Amino acid sequence: MPFWLDMFLLFASLSLVAVGGANVLAPEMHRQLVDIRHLMDEATFSQLLALAQAAPGPNILSGSIMGYWIGGVPGLLGATMGLLGPTAVLAWLIAGLTKRLAHAPWLKPAQAGLVPLALGLVGASGLVMAQAAASFPLAPVITVLATLYVWLAPLNPLWALLAGGVLGLVLL
Amino acid sequence: MTTQKPSLPNLFLGFMKVGCMAFGGAQAVARRVMVEERRWLTERDYAELLALAHVLPGPNIGNFAVMFGRREYGLAGALTCVAGFFGLPLCLLVGLVSLYGQFGQIAAVNAAMHGVAAAAAGMVLGTALRMGTRLKPPPEAIGLALAVLLASTVFKVPLLVIVAVGAPLGVFAALRRAQRPEGRAR
Repeated sequence: MPFWLDMFLLFASLSLVAVGGANVLAPEMHRQLVDIRHLMDEATFSQLLALAQAAPGPNILSGSIMGYWIGGVPGLLGATMGLLGPTAVLAWLIAGLTKRLAHAPWLKPAQAGLVPLALGLVGASGLVMAQAAASFPLAPVITVLATLYVWLAPLNPLWALLAGGVLGLVLL
Repeated sequence: MTTQKPSLPNLFLGFMKVGCMAFGGAQAVARRVMVEERRWLTERDYAELLALAHVLPGPNIGNFAVMFGRREYGLAGALTCVAGFFGLPLCLLVGLVSLYGQFGQIAAVNAAMHGVAAAAAGMVLGTALRMGTRLKPPPEAIGLALAVLLASTVFKVPLLVIVAVGAPLGVFAALRRAQRPEGRAR
């Protein structure tokens, strides 16, 4: 099997079970890349993951740079296509389905019924991130302040990140 | 709230902005850009499409980009949104990986990154609260959202199970509410 195809299949299989997105991808990716296939060591894995999360961009791209680390440009392309392609096709098909059913009287309420799920899952990923970020005593304080700011102030949420970065510099 | 239909270049630029400003996940910025700044969708439309994107496997906002793009401009729209969203951040990351050897060791960079991570978590939490306050979900929906939150964080229930149980429950509750003549869901 060509290397890029191997990468494509590996990352496609990871992405297709990642209900909930990049946050649930990481543990499974770790199992495959470090524990089973020994493609990188523990330290490299956590450094690449931290880098992808700190840098701007969707967190799923952590998988892309793992592919790049393992196999250069073919690894990068194979991994990225695997991560994004099959799930995008699925999303495309589902979008078509909802379009075809647009006039069904039950579709709107049914979709509205999924909203609590989205709210709960967004909240949960926030809590998981907060836990992971609590690496110094004042981190939870920063998290709570940023929460209140984004919740209540109609301003750009990115100011919270800038303030967090400055506080990190000052405090650590 | 009035919404505006984006042009294709607008879609590309908007999703590029979301991608490039997505620190610790794209949730917070995506909602900010699409609902509050550019008014492509209403709060409710956004939440419904996002919920669908969450239930599907893969990147949440990536799925959202495909579905929203298709809704606006078909295949061209979906490709435009996805390319806008992932393109630039991917190039940036590849550059950073090559530089990381020198740059990751600097203590100041690490300290700032720890602060950013703490704030990013607050950004995601604040976004969930803001969506919740603005959507004013009925009591049973609030209950379900909290149950999902607890199941995921405290009880570590696998996500597939949460979705398999939570999605039918939510849909069932919403359908019942819609059928009651006095129970207007919105």
